[in-house]
Amino acid sequence: MQRSVLDALLAARADKRPVALVTNLDSGRQALLDGDNVIGDLTLGSVVLDRVRQAVADDRSGALPDTSLFVQVNNPPLRMVVVGAVHIAQSLVPMAMLAGYDVTVVDPRQAWATDARFPDVTLSTAWPDEALAALRPDRRTAVVTLTHDPKLDDPALRVALESEAFYITALGSKRTHAKRLDRLRGEGVDEAQLARIRGPAGLAIGAKSPAEIAISIVAQATQALHGAATT
Amino acid sequence: MTAASNVLEQAARWRDEGRGVALATVVATWGSSPRPTGSQLAVDEKGNMLGSVSGGCIEGAVVHEAREVMDTGEPKLLEYGVTDETAWEVGLACGGTVRVFVERLE
Repeated sequence: MQRSVLDALLAARADKRPVALVTNLDSGRQALLDGDNVIGDLTLGSVVLDRVRQAVADDRSGALPDTSLFVQVNNPPLRMVVVGAVHIAQSLVPMAMLAGYDVTVVDPRQAWATDARFPDVTLSTAWPDEALAALRPDRRTAVVTLTHDPKLDDPALRVALESEAFYITALGSKRTHAKRLDRLRGEGVDEAQLARIRGPAGLAIGAKSPAEIAISIVAQATQALHGAATT
Repeated sequence: MTAASNVLEQAARWRDEGRGVALATVVATWGSSPRPTGSQLAVDEKGNMLGSVSGGCIEGAVVHEAREVMDTGEPKLLEYGVTDETAWEVGLACGGTVRVFVERLE
């Protein structure tokens, strides 16, 4: 790999831009597709470029059939927005980071959202609906609400439901969740949208401690990401 | 910070220190291979490595090949599977097959 190609790839990653590295496995020649720019010693025709762009859109690395080309897709990291800088969040955030998520913790209660409690994490003390709207969840974003407080959780969920977020969950018992759905229903959210909220949060693995609950949530997000059957 | 980005950043740092560096990338898999397509392993001239291309079954063999790629500059396309039985090739315990592209970082 040419050093200029690697440096361009690393720069794009640092800027969180999607790029694709295309390698001819016969010759070793490579091209980095970065927006409309192509860097490297491999020439790509327009038909191939379209196929590479499709691979980026599908977030799928692999060989391009009927060619000697391999496409390595480098999409920006998955994102997780955690509403509620609570005890469970202190377990969930590092686990989600290990799993590859770029995590933002949202909590307008400044006693909770502190750097001491959440080192090395992006914190927002905006109201959850404003914070979510600013973060613009996309189909590579998970939204997790943990506060149990309808004033904080519900507005965040409403914004999340208007997005393509691939995983939306809200902490709370079955009873709490039923009440939450009733409130949102009363605000005009339809059943198809409500069904997108996984609740109670996390896979049913008998989780009790904050760390165990965090495991169940990261596991459920993984399941949602890869399109596995829901349980 | 994801594990994947660490691999390339470490490769760049090693190169900055003047070390020979090779990158191995899983470019195809069949059956139950342990690491998906796109997984990467960086290797330096001393045999230090970061990342993975399998669950540990073939890394040793890939490091050996990577050193040769560092010397010659010629990339290699390697295949490892359960059927490989020759001296320098190793099999995957899981029964899958992986194809690994190894290149020198210039």
